[in-house]
Amino acid sequence: MAKTTRIPRKAQVMESLCVACGCCVKVCPMKAISIYKGIKAVVDQKLCVGCGKCVKECPASVIEIQEVGP
Amino acid sequence: MKMWYDYLWILSLSYLILGFFNILFAWLGLICFFTPLVISVVKGTKGYCNRYCGRGQLFSLLGGRFGLSRKRDVPNWMKSKAFRYGFLIFFFIMFFQMLWNTYLVFAGAAELKQVVTLLWTFRVSWQWAYHGELLHPGAAQFAFGFYSVMLTSTILGLITMILFKPRSWCVYCPMGTMTQLICKVKNKE
Repeated sequence: MAKTTRIPRKAQVMESLCVACGCCVKVCPMKAISIYKGIKAVVDQKLCVGCGKCVKECPASVIEIQEVGP
Repeated sequence: MKMWYDYLWILSLSYLILGFFNILFAWLGLICFFTPLVISVVKGTKGYCNRYCGRGQLFSLLGGRFGLSRKRDVPNWMKSKAFRYGFLIFFFIMFFQMLWNTYLVFAGAAELKQVVTLLWTFRVSWQWAYHGELLHPGAAQFAFGFYSVMLTSTILGLITMILFKPRSWCVYCPMGTMTQLICKVKNKE
């Protein structure tokens, strides 16, 4: 029997294009995102469940849900 | 849970409406100019964008709850640094030109023009919102000019709200770009 391992998927911010507006912070159900010093959004990878709400909300569309390595 | 500052869109909407009745209310718009700057300079955050921006809330309400947005991605050029900084500079130039026109009226070198200029181009007669010499004509000229800035940026924001994501204005908002720059400098990145 092949064992299937689930690869976790989490939000990744393309930081150089982030405008730090904070829309993702408002919409995150896990309170996993914060705006770092008014410069960019930072996702707490421990809290993120990869729901993708921030991806939809982000006005600049600079957040992606990506598989994170094992 | 909704906080008190989640309702600031009501103030933003009232501001736009009041400008149709008495142009002198336009002066209140200075709050939206100084608050974000003071927060970024003193605290080094974009707390204004993140919490208090009533215009952003208005766009997310109209584009989100009311569904007036196609919710497409903004084009890449619109989120590029070149466009964002370019638009900030353009906005600055237009703003100082408006201040210059105000100065000319204060100095008595030009007449008060009861006009709101939309998109820096279209001059719309606005005399119904001016009710005479309560203040110096220069103060009224500033109100007309400042309201032009606010209405123009709202119109641009509404257009990109419809075409792209609800708060796509935030991507190229000159105030947002400027406060982010201030935060970068202040926090040395």
